[in-house]
Amino acid sequence: MANILAFAEQRSGELRKVALENVTAARALADATGGEVHALLVGAPGIAQKAEQLGKHGADVVLVCEHDALGDYNAEAVAALAADRIKSGGYRVAVFSTSAQGRDLLPRVAAKLGVGVVTDVTEARIEGDAVIVKHPINIGKVIATASIASTPAVIGLRPGNTTLVENPKAAKVEQVQPVGDPSAARVKVKEMKQGASAKLDIGDAPVVIAGGRGLKSAEGFKLAEDLADAFGNAAVGATRAVCDDGWRPHSEQIGQTGRVVSPDLYIAVGISGAIQHLAGMRTSRTIVAINKDKEAPIFKIADYGIVGDVAEVLPALTAAVREARKSH
Amino acid sequence: MKIAVCVKRVPDMDARFRISADGTSLDEAGLKFDINEPDAWAVEAGLQLKEKAGQGEVVVLSLGPPAVQETIRKALSMGADRGIHLAADRVPFDGFSIARAIAAELKDGGYDLILFGKMSPDSSNGIVGAIVAELLDYACVTAVSGLEMADGGGTAKRELEGAQEFVEFTLPAVLTVDEGLNTARYPSLKGIMAAKKKPMESKPAQLGEPMVTIKSLEMPPDRPPGKIVGEGAAAVPELVRLLQTEAKVL
Repeated sequence: MANILAFAEQRSGELRKVALENVTAARALADATGGEVHALLVGAPGIAQKAEQLGKHGADVVLVCEHDALGDYNAEAVAALAADRIKSGGYRVAVFSTSAQGRDLLPRVAAKLGVGVVTDVTEARIEGDAVIVKHPINIGKVIATASIASTPAVIGLRPGNTTLVENPKAAKVEQVQPVGDPSAARVKVKEMKQGASAKLDIGDAPVVIAGGRGLKSAEGFKLAEDLADAFGNAAVGATRAVCDDGWRPHSEQIGQTGRVVSPDLYIAVGISGAIQHLAGMRTSRTIVAINKDKEAPIFKIADYGIVGDVAEVLPALTAAVREARKSH
Repeated sequence: MKIAVCVKRVPDMDARFRISADGTSLDEAGLKFDINEPDAWAVEAGLQLKEKAGQGEVVVLSLGPPAVQETIRKALSMGADRGIHLAADRVPFDGFSIARAIAAELKDGGYDLILFGKMSPDSSNGIVGAIVAELLDYACVTAVSGLEMADGGGTAKRELEGAQEFVEFTLPAVLTVDEGLNTARYPSLKGIMAAKKKPMESKPAQLGEPMVTIKSLEMPPDRPPGKIVGEGAAAVPELVRLLQTEAKVL
Protein backbone atom coordinates (compact mmCIF):
# COMPACT_ATOMS: atom_id res chain seq x y z
CA MET A 1 0.00 0.00 0.00
CA ALA A 2 1.39 3.37 -0.98
CA ASN A 3 -0.15 6.72 -0.19
CA ILE A 4 0.36 9.48 -2.71
CA LEU A 5 0.43 13.24 -2.14
CA ALA A 6 -0.95 15.50 -4.88
CA PHE A 7 -0.20 19.21 -4.85
CA ALA A 8 -3.34 21.31 -5.51
CA GLU A 9 -2.10 24.37 -7.38
CA GLN A 10 -4.24 27.50 -7.06
CA ARG A 11 -3.99 31.05 -8.26
CA SER A 12 -5.98 33.94 -6.81
CA GLY A 13 -8.08 31.47 -4.81
CA GLU A 14 -9.11 29.36 -7.80
CA LEU A 15 -7.88 25.82 -8.38
CA ARG A 16 -5.91 25.46 -11.58
CA LYS A 17 -6.75 22.61 -13.93
CA VAL A 18 -3.36 21.06 -13.19
CA ALA A 19 -4.50 20.59 -9.56
CA LEU A 20 -7.21 18.22 -10.78
CA GLU A 21 -4.75 16.53 -13.15
CA ASN A 22 -2.38 15.94 -10.22
CA VAL A 23 -5.17 14.41 -8.14
CA THR A 24 -6.38 12.28 -11.06
CA ALA A 25 -2.87 10.92 -11.69
CA ALA A 26 -2.27 10.39 -7.97
CA ARG A 27 -5.54 8.42 -7.76
CA ALA A 28 -4.35 6.06 -10.50
CA LEU A 29 -1.01 5.51 -8.73
CA ALA A 30 -2.72 4.93 -5.38
CA ASP A 31 -5.32 2.55 -6.81
CA ALA A 32 -2.56 0.40 -8.28
CA THR A 33 -1.17 -0.20 -4.79
CA GLY A 34 -4.30 0.13 -2.62
CA GLY A 35 -3.20 3.44 -1.12
CA GLU A 36 -4.86 6.76 -0.39
CA VAL A 37 -4.59 10.11 -2.14
CA HIS A 38 -3.93 13.13 0.02
CA ALA A 39 -4.10 16.54 -1.63
CA LEU A 40 -2.21 19.53 -0.25
CA LEU A 41 -4.11 22.79 -0.69
CA VAL A 42 -2.41 26.01 0.36
CA GLY A 43 -3.87 29.50 0.17
CA ALA A 44 -5.49 32.46 1.86
CA PRO A 45 -8.23 31.87 4.48
CA GLY A 46 -11.26 30.42 2.67
CA ILE A 47 -9.32 28.20 0.28
CA ALA A 48 -10.73 25.16 2.12
CA GLN A 49 -13.91 25.59 0.05
CA LYS A 50 -12.02 24.11 -2.87
CA ALA A 51 -11.48 20.80 -1.08
CA GLU A 52 -14.73 19.39 -2.46
CA GLN A 53 -13.48 19.70 -6.04
CA LEU A 54 -10.38 17.72 -5.10
CA GLY A 55 -12.53 15.00 -3.52
CA LYS A 56 -14.57 14.85 -6.71
CA HIS A 57 -11.44 13.85 -8.60
CA GLY A 58 -10.31 11.24 -6.12
CA ALA A 59 -8.69 12.81 -3.05
CA ASP A 60 -9.37 10.84 0.15
CA VAL A 61 -7.95 13.53 2.39
CA VAL A 62 -7.39 17.22 1.69
CA LEU A 63 -4.71 18.82 3.83
CA VAL A 64 -5.59 22.51 3.95
CA CYS A 65 -3.16 25.20 5.03
CA GLU A 66 -4.74 28.67 5.24
CA HIS A 67 -2.72 31.79 6.04
CA ASP A 68 -2.88 35.47 5.11
CA ALA A 69 0.67 35.32 3.73
CA LEU A 70 -0.18 32.36 1.48
CA GLY A 71 -2.74 33.92 -0.88
CA ASP A 72 -0.08 34.67 -3.48
CA TYR A 73 2.38 31.94 -4.35
CA ASN A 74 5.02 31.91 -1.61
CA ALA A 75 7.68 29.51 -2.83
CA GLU A 76 9.71 29.23 0.34
CA ALA A 77 6.75 28.73 2.65
CA VAL A 78 4.97 26.28 0.34
CA ALA A 79 8.13 24.25 -0.30
CA ALA A 80 8.85 24.04 3.44
CA LEU A 81 5.27 22.96 4.16
CA ALA A 82 5.13 20.44 1.31
CA ALA A 83 8.47 18.86 2.28
CA ASP A 84 7.37 18.65 5.91
CA ARG A 85 4.04 16.99 5.04
CA ILE A 86 5.64 14.57 2.58
CA LYS A 87 8.20 13.53 5.17
CA SER A 88 5.81 13.18 8.10
CA GLY A 89 3.11 11.50 5.99
CA GLY A 90 5.42 8.81 4.62
CA TYR A 91 4.18 9.25 1.04
CA ARG A 92 5.61 7.09 -1.71
CA VAL A 93 5.22 9.67 -4.47
CA ALA A 94 4.56 13.43 -4.45
CA VAL A 95 2.80 14.58 -7.60
CA PHE A 96 3.23 18.16 -8.83
CA SER A 97 2.70 19.76 -12.24
CA THR A 98 5.41 21.01 -14.56
CA SER A 99 3.63 24.37 -14.64
CA ALA A 100 5.54 27.60 -13.96
CA GLN A 101 4.67 27.20 -10.28
CA GLY A 102 5.35 23.47 -10.19
CA ARG A 103 8.71 23.78 -11.89
CA ASP A 104 9.62 26.39 -9.28
CA LEU A 105 8.36 24.36 -6.37
CA LEU A 106 9.20 20.73 -6.93
CA PRO A 107 13.00 20.98 -7.14
CA ARG A 108 12.93 22.92 -3.87
CA VAL A 109 10.82 20.21 -2.24
CA ALA A 110 13.06 17.44 -3.59
CA ALA A 111 16.14 19.29 -2.34
CA LYS A 112 14.68 19.71 1.14
CA LEU A 113 13.88 15.99 1.25
CA GLY A 114 17.11 14.93 -0.47
CA VAL A 115 15.20 12.76 -2.96
CA GLY A 116 15.02 12.15 -6.70
CA VAL A 117 12.95 14.39 -8.93
CA VAL A 118 11.87 14.34 -12.59
CA THR A 119 9.75 16.99 -14.34
CA ASP A 120 7.66 16.88 -17.53
CA VAL A 121 6.50 13.35 -16.81
CA THR A 122 4.07 11.83 -19.30
CA GLU A 123 3.57 8.45 -17.58
CA ALA A 124 4.35 7.17 -14.08
CA ARG A 125 4.07 3.87 -12.28
CA ILE A 126 5.37 2.28 -9.11
CA GLU A 127 7.48 -0.81 -9.72
CA GLY A 128 8.94 -2.47 -6.64
CA ASP A 129 11.32 -0.06 -4.94
CA ALA A 130 11.38 2.36 -7.85
CA VAL A 131 9.05 4.86 -9.46
CA ILE A 132 9.30 4.53 -13.24
CA VAL A 133 8.53 7.60 -15.33
CA LYS A 134 8.50 8.53 -18.99
CA HIS A 135 10.01 11.89 -19.82
CA PRO A 136 10.57 13.37 -23.29
CA ILE A 137 14.13 14.61 -23.87
CA ASN A 138 15.77 16.51 -26.72
CA ILE A 139 12.58 18.50 -27.39
CA GLY A 140 10.51 15.33 -27.58
CA LYS A 141 12.59 13.66 -30.28
CA VAL A 142 13.51 10.91 -27.80
CA ILE A 143 11.52 9.44 -24.91
CA ALA A 144 13.45 8.48 -21.79
CA THR A 145 12.20 5.91 -19.31
CA ALA A 146 13.79 6.83 -16.00
CA SER A 147 13.88 5.14 -12.62
CA ILE A 148 13.64 7.19 -9.43
CA ALA A 149 15.18 5.09 -6.67
CA SER A 150 14.41 7.32 -3.69
CA THR A 151 11.43 7.18 -1.34
CA PRO A 152 9.56 9.38 -1.75
CA ALA A 153 9.90 10.24 -5.43
CA VAL A 154 8.94 13.73 -6.53
CA ILE A 155 7.46 14.07 -10.02
CA GLY A 156 6.12 16.92 -12.12
CA LEU A 157 3.46 15.91 -14.64
CA ARG A 158 3.33 17.47 -18.11
CA PRO A 159 0.33 19.85 -18.00
CA GLY A 160 -2.57 18.78 -20.20
CA ASN A 161 -1.26 15.24 -20.51
CA THR A 162 -3.60 13.70 -17.91
CA THR A 163 -7.22 13.20 -18.89
CA LEU A 164 -9.36 14.27 -15.96
CA VAL A 165 -11.35 11.45 -14.39
CA GLU A 166 -14.08 11.98 -11.83
CA ASN A 167 -13.65 9.48 -9.04
CA PRO A 168 -15.64 11.01 -6.21
CA LYS A 169 -14.58 10.47 -2.61
CA ALA A 170 -16.00 12.08 0.49
CA ALA A 171 -12.74 13.84 1.12
CA LYS A 172 -11.83 14.36 4.73
CA VAL A 173 -10.51 17.87 5.35
CA GLU A 174 -7.63 18.31 7.77
CA GLN A 175 -6.27 21.72 8.66
CA VAL A 176 -2.47 21.90 8.76
CA GLN A 177 -0.20 24.68 9.97
CA PRO A 178 2.57 26.43 8.02
CA VAL A 179 6.15 25.56 8.85
CA GLY A 180 7.78 28.64 10.34
CA ASP A 181 6.57 32.14 9.51
CA PRO A 182 5.37 32.46 5.88
CA SER A 183 5.74 36.26 6.13
CA ALA A 184 9.51 35.89 6.56
CA ALA A 185 10.21 34.61 3.01
CA ARG A 186 13.18 36.09 1.16
CA VAL A 187 11.21 36.17 -2.08
CA LYS A 188 7.88 37.99 -2.00
CA VAL A 189 5.29 38.55 -4.69
CA LYS A 190 4.73 42.32 -4.99
CA GLU A 191 2.33 42.29 -7.88
CA MET A 192 0.50 39.88 -10.12
CA LYS A 193 -0.75 41.01 -13.49
CA GLN A 194 -3.33 38.74 -15.03
CA GLY A 195 -3.41 38.45 -18.81
CA ALA A 196 -5.33 40.96 -20.89
CA SER A 197 -8.65 39.23 -20.27
CA ALA A 198 -10.24 36.35 -18.46
CA LYS A 199 -9.67 34.19 -21.53
CA LEU A 200 -8.44 30.64 -21.14
CA ASP A 201 -4.74 29.98 -20.83
CA ILE A 202 -3.06 27.90 -23.57
CA GLY A 203 -2.14 25.29 -20.98
CA ASP A 204 -5.73 24.80 -19.85
CA ALA A 205 -7.66 25.27 -23.10
CA PRO A 206 -8.93 22.16 -24.94
CA VAL A 207 -8.42 24.06 -28.20
CA VAL A 208 -5.36 26.16 -29.04
CA ILE A 209 -5.20 28.46 -32.07
CA ALA A 210 -1.51 29.16 -32.63
CA GLY A 211 -0.34 31.86 -34.99
CA GLY A 212 2.95 32.45 -36.75
CA ARG A 213 4.47 35.04 -39.03
CA GLY A 214 1.91 34.06 -41.67
CA LEU A 215 -0.56 36.27 -39.77
CA LYS A 216 1.63 39.15 -40.97
CA SER A 217 1.25 41.54 -37.99
CA ALA A 218 0.05 41.88 -34.41
CA GLU A 219 -3.28 43.06 -35.86
CA GLY A 220 -3.37 39.92 -38.00
CA PHE A 221 -3.87 37.91 -34.79
CA LYS A 222 -7.42 39.23 -34.70
CA LEU A 223 -8.20 36.41 -37.15
CA ALA A 224 -6.85 33.85 -34.66
CA GLU A 225 -8.74 35.50 -31.78
CA ASP A 226 -11.98 35.44 -33.76
CA LEU A 227 -11.55 31.72 -34.39
CA ALA A 228 -10.81 31.15 -30.69
CA ASP A 229 -13.98 33.06 -29.80
CA ALA A 230 -15.98 30.91 -32.23
CA PHE A 231 -14.83 27.75 -30.45
CA GLY A 232 -15.62 29.24 -27.06
CA ASN A 233 -13.13 26.96 -25.30
CA ALA A 234 -9.98 28.04 -27.13
CA ALA A 235 -6.86 30.07 -26.34
CA VAL A 236 -4.46 31.84 -28.66
CA GLY A 237 -0.78 30.85 -28.76
CA ALA A 238 2.15 31.98 -30.86
CA THR A 239 5.53 31.04 -32.27
CA ARG A 240 8.82 32.35 -30.95
CA ALA A 241 9.35 34.62 -33.96
CA VAL A 242 6.04 36.32 -33.29
CA CYS A 243 6.80 36.79 -29.58
CA ASP A 244 10.31 38.07 -30.33
CA ASP A 245 8.73 40.65 -32.64
CA GLY A 246 6.47 41.75 -29.80
CA TRP A 247 3.22 40.82 -31.54
CA ARG A 248 2.26 38.55 -28.64
CA PRO A 249 3.54 38.13 -25.05
CA HIS A 250 6.14 35.47 -24.29
CA SER A 251 3.63 33.78 -21.98
CA GLU A 252 1.81 32.63 -25.14
CA GLN A 253 4.96 31.26 -26.77
CA ILE A 254 4.77 27.57 -27.67
CA GLY A 255 7.93 25.57 -28.34
CA GLN A 256 11.37 24.60 -27.13
CA THR A 257 12.01 27.77 -25.14
CA GLY A 258 8.33 28.46 -24.53
CA ARG A 259 5.45 26.34 -23.29
CA VAL A 260 4.58 22.73 -24.04
CA VAL A 261 0.87 22.21 -24.66
CA SER A 262 -1.22 19.11 -25.33
CA PRO A 263 -4.73 20.29 -26.22
CA ASP A 264 -7.41 18.15 -27.83
CA LEU A 265 -7.20 20.32 -30.95
CA TYR A 266 -4.27 22.44 -32.10
CA ILE A 267 -4.80 24.70 -35.10
CA ALA A 268 -1.53 26.08 -36.48
CA VAL A 269 -2.15 29.11 -38.68
CA GLY A 270 0.60 30.65 -40.74
CA ILE A 271 3.19 28.50 -38.95
CA SER A 272 5.81 26.75 -41.07
CA GLY A 273 6.67 24.23 -38.36
CA ALA A 274 10.27 24.71 -37.23
CA ILE A 275 11.42 21.77 -35.12
CA GLN A 276 11.66 24.08 -32.09
CA HIS A 277 7.96 24.91 -32.45
CA LEU A 278 6.95 21.27 -32.98
CA ALA A 279 8.64 20.48 -29.65
CA GLY A 280 5.92 22.44 -27.89
CA MET A 281 2.84 20.97 -29.56
CA ARG A 282 3.54 17.58 -31.11
CA THR A 283 1.65 15.75 -28.36
CA SER A 284 -1.59 17.58 -29.18
CA ARG A 285 -4.33 15.03 -29.87
CA THR A 286 -5.48 16.46 -33.21
CA ILE A 287 -3.40 18.91 -35.24
CA VAL A 288 -4.73 21.10 -38.05
CA ALA A 289 -2.39 23.21 -40.20
CA ILE A 290 -3.34 26.11 -42.43
CA ASN A 291 -0.48 27.46 -44.50
CA LYS A 292 -0.05 28.79 -48.01
CA ASP A 293 3.16 26.78 -48.54
CA LYS A 294 2.17 23.18 -49.24
CA GLU A 295 5.79 22.09 -48.51
CA ALA A 296 5.74 23.57 -44.98
CA PRO A 297 7.01 21.01 -42.40
CA ILE A 298 3.91 21.57 -40.24
CA PHE A 299 1.90 19.49 -42.74
CA LYS A 300 4.10 16.47 -41.95
CA ILE A 301 2.78 16.22 -38.40
CA ALA A 302 -0.69 17.69 -38.95
CA ASP A 303 -3.68 15.33 -39.05
CA TYR A 304 -5.53 17.69 -41.38
CA GLY A 305 -4.21 20.49 -43.55
CA ILE A 306 -5.56 23.25 -45.72
CA VAL A 307 -3.21 24.87 -48.21
CA GLY A 308 -4.20 28.49 -48.53
CA ASP A 309 -3.92 32.09 -47.42
CA VAL A 310 -4.86 32.41 -43.75
CA ALA A 311 -6.57 35.74 -44.46
CA GLU A 312 -9.00 33.87 -46.68
CA VAL A 313 -9.31 30.53 -44.86
CA LEU A 314 -9.62 31.74 -41.26
CA PRO A 315 -12.75 33.90 -41.64
CA ALA A 316 -14.45 31.02 -43.47
CA LEU A 317 -13.40 28.56 -40.76
CA THR A 318 -14.54 30.95 -38.01
CA ALA A 319 -17.97 31.24 -39.62
CA ALA A 320 -18.23 27.46 -40.09
CA VAL A 321 -17.22 26.75 -36.47
CA ARG A 322 -19.80 29.28 -35.20
CA GLU A 323 -22.44 27.56 -37.30
CA ALA A 324 -21.41 24.08 -36.13
CA ARG A 325 -21.45 25.09 -32.47
CA LYS A 326 -24.84 26.78 -32.84
CA SER A 327 -26.35 23.45 -33.82
CA HIS A 328 -25.06 21.75 -30.63
CA MET B 1 29.18 41.94 -7.15
CA LYS B 2 30.49 38.41 -7.55
CA ILE B 3 28.41 36.42 -9.99
CA ALA B 4 28.60 32.76 -11.01
CA VAL B 5 26.92 31.63 -14.21
CA CYS B 6 26.35 27.90 -14.74
CA VAL B 7 26.32 26.86 -18.40
CA LYS B 8 25.68 23.61 -20.22
CA ARG B 9 26.92 22.28 -23.55
CA VAL B 10 23.96 20.93 -25.50
CA PRO B 11 23.52 19.34 -28.92
CA ASP B 12 21.86 21.19 -31.78
CA MET B 13 18.22 20.15 -31.59
CA ASP B 14 17.85 20.16 -35.38
CA ALA B 15 19.87 16.93 -35.44
CA ARG B 16 18.51 13.45 -36.02
CA PHE B 17 19.27 11.63 -32.76
CA ARG B 18 20.39 8.01 -32.57
CA ILE B 19 20.26 5.78 -29.52
CA SER B 20 23.58 4.14 -28.57
CA ALA B 21 24.00 0.38 -28.43
CA ASP B 22 23.66 0.48 -24.62
CA GLY B 23 20.07 1.69 -25.08
CA THR B 24 20.41 4.30 -22.34
CA SER B 25 22.40 7.08 -24.00
CA LEU B 26 22.50 8.94 -27.29
CA ASP B 27 25.19 8.50 -29.90
CA GLU B 28 27.00 11.83 -29.99
CA ALA B 29 28.91 11.13 -33.21
CA GLY B 30 28.21 13.80 -35.79
CA LEU B 31 26.26 16.06 -33.42
CA LYS B 32 27.06 19.77 -33.22
CA PHE B 33 27.19 21.31 -29.76
CA ASP B 34 26.89 24.84 -28.45
CA ILE B 35 26.09 26.70 -25.25
CA ASN B 36 22.49 26.16 -24.10
CA GLU B 37 20.65 29.27 -25.31
CA PRO B 38 19.00 30.20 -21.97
CA ASP B 39 22.45 29.83 -20.35
CA ALA B 40 23.79 32.38 -22.86
CA TRP B 41 21.05 34.75 -21.65
CA ALA B 42 22.27 34.09 -18.10
CA VAL B 43 25.87 34.93 -19.13
CA GLU B 44 24.59 38.13 -20.76
CA ALA B 45 22.67 39.03 -17.60
CA GLY B 46 25.80 38.53 -15.50
CA LEU B 47 27.90 40.66 -17.83
CA GLN B 48 25.33 43.46 -17.91
CA LEU B 49 25.09 43.54 -14.11
CA LYS B 50 28.87 43.74 -13.80
CA GLU B 51 29.08 46.45 -16.47
CA LYS B 52 26.37 48.49 -14.77
CA ALA B 53 28.07 48.20 -11.40
CA GLY B 54 31.43 49.07 -12.97
CA GLN B 55 33.09 46.35 -10.94
CA GLY B 56 32.79 42.74 -9.90
CA GLU B 57 33.55 39.33 -11.32
CA VAL B 58 31.65 36.92 -13.57
CA VAL B 59 32.73 33.30 -13.11
CA VAL B 60 31.50 30.67 -15.55
CA LEU B 61 31.05 27.09 -14.46
CA SER B 62 30.27 23.99 -16.48
CA LEU B 63 30.11 20.30 -15.60
CA GLY B 64 30.97 17.46 -17.93
CA PRO B 65 33.67 15.95 -20.12
CA PRO B 66 36.66 17.98 -21.38
CA ALA B 67 34.60 19.23 -24.33
CA VAL B 68 32.59 21.52 -22.01
CA GLN B 69 35.69 23.68 -21.77
CA GLU B 70 34.77 24.95 -25.25
CA THR B 71 31.46 26.14 -23.83
CA ILE B 72 33.23 27.86 -20.94
CA ARG B 73 35.59 29.52 -23.45
CA LYS B 74 32.59 30.81 -25.38
CA ALA B 75 31.27 32.50 -22.23
CA LEU B 76 34.75 33.87 -21.52
CA SER B 77 34.88 35.26 -25.06
CA MET B 78 31.58 37.03 -24.38
CA GLY B 79 33.33 38.77 -21.48
CA ALA B 80 33.26 36.53 -18.39
CA ASP B 81 36.38 36.71 -16.23
CA ARG B 82 37.31 33.11 -15.48
CA GLY B 83 36.09 29.57 -15.78
CA ILE B 84 35.62 26.51 -13.60
CA HIS B 85 35.34 23.09 -15.21
CA LEU B 86 33.81 20.40 -13.01
CA ALA B 87 35.15 17.31 -14.73
CA ALA B 88 32.90 14.26 -15.17
CA ASP B 89 32.84 11.50 -17.80
CA ARG B 90 29.37 12.60 -18.82
CA VAL B 91 26.62 14.90 -17.58
CA PRO B 92 24.28 12.74 -15.51
CA PHE B 93 20.54 12.78 -16.17
CA ASP B 94 19.93 13.18 -12.43
CA GLY B 95 19.56 16.94 -11.85
CA PHE B 96 20.12 16.45 -8.12
CA SER B 97 23.60 15.00 -8.74
CA ILE B 98 24.49 17.94 -10.98
CA ALA B 99 23.16 20.42 -8.43
CA ARG B 100 25.06 18.72 -5.59
CA ALA B 101 28.36 19.07 -7.47
CA ILE B 102 27.70 22.70 -8.39
CA ALA B 103 26.63 23.61 -4.86
CA ALA B 104 29.75 21.94 -3.41
CA GLU B 105 31.92 24.06 -5.70
CA LEU B 106 30.13 27.38 -5.16
CA LYS B 107 29.44 26.95 -1.44
CA ASP B 108 32.35 28.94 -0.04
CA GLY B 109 32.88 31.19 -3.05
CA GLY B 110 31.14 34.25 -1.63
CA TYR B 111 28.87 34.70 -4.65
CA ASP B 112 26.13 37.33 -4.50
CA LEU B 113 24.28 35.90 -7.48
CA ILE B 114 24.27 32.50 -9.15
CA LEU B 115 22.63 32.47 -12.57
CA PHE B 116 21.33 29.58 -14.65
CA GLY B 117 19.32 29.31 -17.86
CA LYS B 118 15.73 28.30 -17.17
CA MET B 119 16.18 24.88 -18.70
CA SER B 120 18.21 22.92 -21.22
CA PRO B 121 16.41 21.18 -24.09
CA ASP B 122 18.41 17.95 -23.86
CA SER B 123 17.43 16.72 -20.40
CA SER B 124 14.38 19.07 -20.24
CA ASN B 125 14.16 19.01 -16.46
CA GLY B 126 14.83 22.62 -15.43
CA ILE B 127 15.51 21.79 -11.79
CA VAL B 128 19.22 22.32 -11.15
CA GLY B 129 19.08 26.03 -10.27
CA ALA B 130 16.40 25.70 -7.60
CA ILE B 131 18.10 22.66 -6.05
CA VAL B 132 21.41 24.55 -5.86
CA ALA B 133 19.57 27.43 -4.15
CA GLU B 134 18.14 25.05 -1.55
CA LEU B 135 21.46 23.31 -0.95
CA LEU B 136 23.19 26.70 -0.43
CA ASP B 137 20.20 28.23 1.40
CA TYR B 138 20.06 31.14 -1.09
CA ALA B 139 16.90 32.97 -2.14
CA CYS B 140 15.69 31.68 -5.49
CA VAL B 141 13.63 33.10 -8.37
CA THR B 142 13.03 30.89 -11.40
CA ALA B 143 12.13 31.83 -14.99
CA VAL B 144 13.15 35.47 -14.73
CA SER B 145 12.20 37.55 -17.78
CA GLY B 146 12.83 40.99 -16.27
CA LEU B 147 15.32 42.14 -13.63
CA GLU B 148 16.07 45.32 -11.69
CA MET B 149 18.77 45.20 -9.05
CA ALA B 150 18.89 47.40 -5.96
CA ASP B 151 21.00 47.42 -2.81
CA GLY B 152 20.96 43.98 -1.24
CA GLY B 153 18.38 42.54 -3.59
CA GLY B 154 16.27 43.10 -6.65
CA THR B 155 12.93 42.81 -8.38
CA ALA B 156 12.28 40.11 -10.97
CA LYS B 157 9.48 39.55 -13.44
CA ARG B 158 8.30 35.99 -14.04
CA GLU B 159 6.05 34.80 -16.84
CA LEU B 160 3.33 32.52 -15.52
CA GLU B 161 0.59 30.87 -17.51
CA GLY B 162 -1.57 33.82 -18.53
CA ALA B 163 -0.06 36.18 -15.95
CA GLN B 164 3.07 38.01 -14.91
CA GLU B 165 4.41 37.96 -11.39
CA PHE B 166 6.72 40.62 -9.96
CA VAL B 167 8.76 39.44 -6.98
CA GLU B 168 11.26 41.07 -4.67
CA PHE B 169 14.21 39.02 -3.52
CA THR B 170 17.22 39.44 -1.28
CA LEU B 171 20.85 38.59 -1.98
CA PRO B 172 22.53 36.19 -2.13
CA ALA B 173 20.23 34.61 -4.67
CA VAL B 174 19.95 32.05 -7.43
CA LEU B 175 18.08 33.20 -10.54
CA THR B 176 17.15 31.10 -13.56
CA VAL B 177 16.82 33.14 -16.73
CA ASP B 178 13.93 32.94 -19.18
CA GLU B 179 13.31 34.32 -22.64
CA GLY B 180 12.77 38.06 -22.84
CA LEU B 181 15.37 39.17 -20.30
CA ASN B 182 17.97 40.05 -22.91
CA THR B 183 19.57 39.05 -26.19
CA ALA B 184 22.94 37.39 -25.71
CA ARG B 185 25.85 39.21 -27.34
CA TYR B 186 28.06 37.51 -29.89
CA PRO B 187 31.71 37.13 -28.91
CA SER B 188 33.89 39.70 -30.68
CA LEU B 189 37.18 38.68 -32.31
CA LYS B 190 38.93 40.62 -29.57
CA GLY B 191 36.88 38.73 -27.00
CA ILE B 192 37.75 35.40 -28.57
CA MET B 193 41.46 36.22 -28.47
CA ALA B 194 41.25 37.49 -24.89
CA ALA B 195 39.36 34.35 -23.77
CA LYS B 196 42.34 32.18 -24.64
CA LYS B 197 44.35 33.83 -21.89
CA LYS B 198 41.67 33.86 -19.23
CA PRO B 199 42.09 31.40 -16.35
CA MET B 200 40.15 28.13 -16.32
CA GLU B 201 40.44 25.70 -13.45
CA SER B 202 39.50 22.04 -13.85
CA LYS B 203 38.63 19.81 -10.92
CA PRO B 204 36.63 16.61 -10.41
CA ALA B 205 32.85 17.02 -10.02
CA GLN B 206 31.53 15.72 -6.69
CA LEU B 207 28.43 14.10 -8.16
CA GLY B 208 27.64 11.48 -5.50
CA GLU B 209 25.26 8.60 -6.14
CA PRO B 210 22.45 9.38 -8.61
CA MET B 211 18.86 8.87 -7.46
CA VAL B 212 17.46 9.05 -10.98
CA THR B 213 18.83 6.89 -13.79
CA ILE B 214 17.80 6.30 -17.39
CA LYS B 215 16.58 2.74 -17.90
CA SER B 216 15.94 3.01 -21.61
CA LEU B 217 15.52 5.42 -24.49
CA GLU B 218 13.12 5.09 -27.38
CA MET B 219 12.00 7.12 -30.34
CA PRO B 220 8.44 8.46 -30.03
CA PRO B 221 5.88 6.77 -32.24
CA ASP B 222 5.35 8.56 -35.55
CA ARG B 223 2.08 10.39 -35.88
CA PRO B 224 -0.11 8.66 -38.44
CA PRO B 225 0.16 10.40 -41.81
CA GLY B 226 -2.20 13.33 -42.10
CA LYS B 227 -4.08 14.53 -45.11
CA ILE B 228 -4.37 17.76 -47.01
CA VAL B 229 -8.10 18.35 -46.99
CA GLY B 230 -7.98 20.84 -49.84
CA GLU B 231 -7.01 24.33 -50.87
CA GLY B 232 -8.36 27.70 -49.77
CA ALA B 233 -11.70 28.52 -48.13
CA ALA B 234 -13.41 25.89 -50.27
CA ALA B 235 -11.78 23.20 -48.10
CA VAL B 236 -13.33 24.53 -44.88
CA PRO B 237 -16.62 22.53 -44.96
CA GLU B 238 -14.72 19.26 -45.37
CA LEU B 239 -12.32 20.16 -42.54
CA VAL B 240 -15.25 20.95 -40.24
CA ARG B 241 -16.91 17.65 -41.19
CA LEU B 242 -13.71 15.73 -40.35
CA LEU B 243 -13.29 17.57 -37.03
CA GLN B 244 -16.88 16.63 -36.14
CA THR B 245 -17.06 13.05 -37.36
CA GLU B 246 -13.52 11.67 -37.42
CA ALA B 247 -11.53 13.62 -34.81
CA LYS B 248 -14.66 14.39 -32.73
CA VAL B 249 -13.24 17.64 -31.42
CA LEU B 250 -15.97 19.97 -32.60
